[in-house]
Amino acid sequence: MIRLLILLFAFALPAHAEQVVAGLSKESIGITASFDGSEILIYGAVKRYEPEPEGRLDVIVTLQGPSSPVIVRRKSRELGVWVNTDAIEIPSAPSYYAVATTGPRQDILASEVDAIYRIMIPSAMRSFSDAIERANASPFAEALQRIRINEGFYRLKEGDVTLIEDTLFRADFQLPANLIEGDYLVRIFLLRQERVIDDYSAPIKVRKVGLERWLFMLSQDYPPLYGLLSLAIAVFAGWAAAFVFRRFR
Amino acid sequence: MQVYLPIAEVSVNLYLLLGLGGLVGLLSGLFGVGGGFLITPLLFFIGIPPAVAVATGANQVVASSVSGVLAQFKRKAVDVRMGLVLLVGGLVGSGFGIIIFNILQSLGQIDLAVQLSYVVFLGGIGMLMFLESLRAMRRSKKGGKRGKRHIHTWVHKLPLKIKFRASGLYISVIPPILVGVCVGILAAIMGVGGGFIMVPAMIYLLGMPTKVVIGTSLFQILFTSAFTTMLHAVTNQSVDVMLALSLIVGGVIGAQFGSRLGALLKAEQLRILLAVLVLSVAIKLGLDLVLTPAELYSISIAGAP
Repeated sequence: MIRLLILLFAFALPAHAEQVVAGLSKESIGITASFDGSEILIYGAVKRYEPEPEGRLDVIVTLQGPSSPVIVRRKSRELGVWVNTDAIEIPSAPSYYAVATTGPRQDILASEVDAIYRIMIPSAMRSFSDAIERANASPFAEALQRIRINEGFYRLKEGDVTLIEDTLFRADFQLPANLIEGDYLVRIFLLRQERVIDDYSAPIKVRKVGLERWLFMLSQDYPPLYGLLSLAIAVFAGWAAAFVFRRFR
Repeated sequence: MQVYLPIAEVSVNLYLLLGLGGLVGLLSGLFGVGGGFLITPLLFFIGIPPAVAVATGANQVVASSVSGVLAQFKRKAVDVRMGLVLLVGGLVGSGFGIIIFNILQSLGQIDLAVQLSYVVFLGGIGMLMFLESLRAMRRSKKGGKRGKRHIHTWVHKLPLKIKFRASGLYISVIPPILVGVCVGILAAIMGVGGGFIMVPAMIYLLGMPTKVVIGTSLFQILFTSAFTTMLHAVTNQSVDVMLALSLIVGGVIGAQFGSRLGALLKAEQLRILLAVLVLSVAIKLGLDLVLTPAELYSISIAGAP
């Protein structure tokens, strides 16, 4: 009888002693004509089956946008004029990547762990491409990160995850107005002593809706019709203005 | 109030766009230029991708030139026959221009090409106009004799002569067609109507009287830029109709005020104002090419507009 109980317990016990349970404030975002950014709240709790182990507990939340190939060009001076001379193509880079943590990277995440899970911005970039590991390409990859960080598309927010009593956590993300549509991915990592003990991921769909969707599809699927529509609007607006002003005088 | 542009995929302040459109429309009505040479760099500046800025600039020029040309027709200041001849050249030129644009874009040199053409053409023409207007103003102040109106050059010795009644000209169709081709190429590459090149070419090269130049140039620009818009929409899908509409609404209103204002100013004053404007855009872009940029690297999405 006791043996059976022990066996049952053994099955019931999860692989990890601690697990992440999480939710998102929204699972899809619609880009309308008046879209000017969106907020998303990612919240969750740590589920335990035994007393809390020793050591520091941390949470990292990442949010990444759809990836696409990117060309990075470098200017140099030719005959006194700055010209794009060198270029490399990075096969895949996320259009958006934000990392929120409970503390500074060096305190909460071992770099070899980061290399496996591709969490922080530089290592996440590496996972998207082998090309940027070539020695001569690294200034280009750094430039890509630098430019996207400056433009607000890549963000590192150390200390922005609030962790209460080592159990409840939340992270707020401000999505920029210049959002590109596609499938976004949320990843949550639970770390103890700089090691990942559990992770969780969930998708967020970002789509143009209404008029935005209609115009975009029209421009892609029926370019001549779309072109004529643009012209018709332009001609009508020009004529209407001339007409109105003539009546006005 | 922010508006999300479906093709450019950026979010911009609507009032900023209306204001830009209005400013450019005012200039358009005042000088008979489409204003594309201002709108395209301004759109780059507010973060619109270059391909979208060029294509949408062409669409905006359509609206402002319709509005302007109607006002000019009322004043009987359009030489339709000359406009049609220029148009033949213009359509051929913009076809070539789109091909060149797409090649340069795939080479990553489109920004350079656009900037260089702005510096060379705007700088050269601005300088020419500036000096000419200064001379004209000095002459009119002294009350001295004006120079001869028609100077016979090689232009007048070419075959295929046609009468252009509204312009009072009897010249070969070859120079207007060539002017049209050049302007068409530039229109497609720079996202401009080409009025700033067309207007001086008509005055100095073809010897047309100033009063029909603006209307005729607008007439021709209307069709060339409509053609360019279609080509960009079909080959690159890079015309953003929401962006164009915001610029147009501001632009058509500005254009009407501009043409009223234009009637109040003297031709020399108009020309010197335009020259100063053209020169300052050229100088700004020229400095950007020569001065060390803050960021040597730039990124673009591979295979996208």
